[in-house]
Amino acid sequence: MTDLEKLAVRIRIAEMKCFKKRGFGHVGGSLSIVDTLAALYGKLMKYDPTNPQWEGRDYLVMSKGHCGPGLYAALAVEGFFPEEWLMTLNEPRTKLPSHCDKNLTPGIDMSTGSLGQGASTSAGMALAAKLNGQENKVFCILGDGECDEGQVWEMLLFAAARKLNNYVVFVDYNYKQLDGSTDDVLPLGDLRAKFEAFGWYAVDVNGNDPDAVANAVETGFAQNGDRPIAVVLHTKKGFGVDFIEEMEFNHHITLTEEEADRAIGQLERRLTND
Amino acid sequence: MIDLAYTGKADEKTIKDSFADVLRGLFAEDPDVIYLDADLMNSMGTYKLSKEFPDRCIDCGIQEANMVGVAAGASALGKKPYVHTFGPFAGRRCYDQVFISVGYAKNNVRIIGSDAGVTAAYNGGTHMPFEDIALYRAIPEAMIIDVTDQTQFDAAIRQTKDRPGVTYIRCPRKNCTKVYGPGTEFEFGKANVLREGSDCAVIACGIMVAEALKAAELLEAEGIHIVVIDAVTVKPLDTETVLSYAKSCKAIVTAENATVIGGLGSAVCECVADSCPTIVKRVGVQDLYGEVGDVGYLKERFGLTAETIGAKVKEAIRAKEGR
Repeated sequence: MTDLEKLAVRIRIAEMKCFKKRGFGHVGGSLSIVDTLAALYGKLMKYDPTNPQWEGRDYLVMSKGHCGPGLYAALAVEGFFPEEWLMTLNEPRTKLPSHCDKNLTPGIDMSTGSLGQGASTSAGMALAAKLNGQENKVFCILGDGECDEGQVWEMLLFAAARKLNNYVVFVDYNYKQLDGSTDDVLPLGDLRAKFEAFGWYAVDVNGNDPDAVANAVETGFAQNGDRPIAVVLHTKKGFGVDFIEEMEFNHHITLTEEEADRAIGQLERRLTND
Repeated sequence: MIDLAYTGKADEKTIKDSFADVLRGLFAEDPDVIYLDADLMNSMGTYKLSKEFPDRCIDCGIQEANMVGVAAGASALGKKPYVHTFGPFAGRRCYDQVFISVGYAKNNVRIIGSDAGVTAAYNGGTHMPFEDIALYRAIPEAMIIDVTDQTQFDAAIRQTKDRPGVTYIRCPRKNCTKVYGPGTEFEFGKANVLREGSDCAVIACGIMVAEALKAAELLEAEGIHIVVIDAVTVKPLDTETVLSYAKSCKAIVTAENATVIGGLGSAVCECVADSCPTIVKRVGVQDLYGEVGDVGYLKERFGLTAETIGAKVKEAIRAKEGR
């Protein structure tokens, strides 16, 4: 395994420990996005876990805010806070609520949860960074189902018009949303072609390959000119844990301790067998 | 200090003519101030300003939800955004974005909703915001300023530049009846007592303040002496002033260019019900949609006149006297 692949497995292990304690949650999408989180925290982003508000950092907005647990696991692995915090998910007065909250969690740059809104707030951050003459990059992660929201398409027009070339939007295209496949609920079609038509630099990538994701972004910044960058992540919902991948509905699931241990065991064997 | 300049005459300058000048001043004073609009710069008098400051005047196109979100995100990186659109869109169209991306996320954005209530006039019912005060009242810690005249508008824009959270400034675009002279010092969050009396307190906001002052003159001729209070902010309501006059007058009339459901009248009723039960009569729009027409017609149509206030004052006085 590459270093980024190992990081992705470590994030998934931390995440499954978190879900084991809670017993339920938005597991599918929190797993499918992990390889992108590994690319971001293992290679692409500038950050300082000892100083989460560092002004030189790059920003990340998890617009699909229900996948907070995936991001919390990445932040814990990177040392923004102790891994024990992951055991407090959704507890009263926790610092780790189900959906991301910038006022509670070190390393969370924007509160999200009402789908579509992180698209606009992240675009506003990219705009402000440019107005301020800052070098910081802004990354945003959208869900595929989230792209049903009209606000996403408003932002796509806006970011291209304002030439936000410091801005990267990922779409976790795992082809599933709460009520089933995206093709059954509301077909999204060829997202890359749509983003290109909106004036973006856009690319398809295997979103469960962290090195491919990192390369796609680096290539994007070399080639995007004055365009914002869209990376369409072709992923599998629940990726990394076989029996969760195989579930028809895995957006929000319950998980017994035995099932969580099975998942953690699978992932740990991947590290030890490497 | 209040420099009362009410004579029943109109402001010399419209709010729309003033807005660009106030923003220009703020741009000079603070490099973090930015202004976003949703394709209504020409309507709000800021088109020329946008050509002077193309980076700081951002026309988002007709997309209010994205505009509010962009403003919220820019605020997270230290910008101080002012956002403008017509009141119906500032309230209904981007309510979730104001609630979550600005309020809940603790970002700092001033939202200006123009064409308050019946001042939407010829744009008609689709563009006539009666409900925006009620909507913004339900946002925790939001401030709501229903603008009385151009002098107060200028102060509201200037003085809220550094206010955290959601600030909603609701205003006409055209001439208001002049109430305040240039010497007025506003404290947003505090009501202004414009006229003393003893029989009944009229608590008004926005364009209804001038109607209340006119009602006071009409009633004076009949020997009825009313207090006239400009609430200035519907939220936070200056409960100290409201309760003080509830106790001294024992009768209150509220007046607003908005629905009586959830607006200033509701806020005053909640305040006195909690602390000093008092007769309250409410002048405002009665659970109705807007419609097209000139402002004079619409004020009559929805009962937003000095005469309606006068009639409600007499009702309130009769009620407190047990008649």
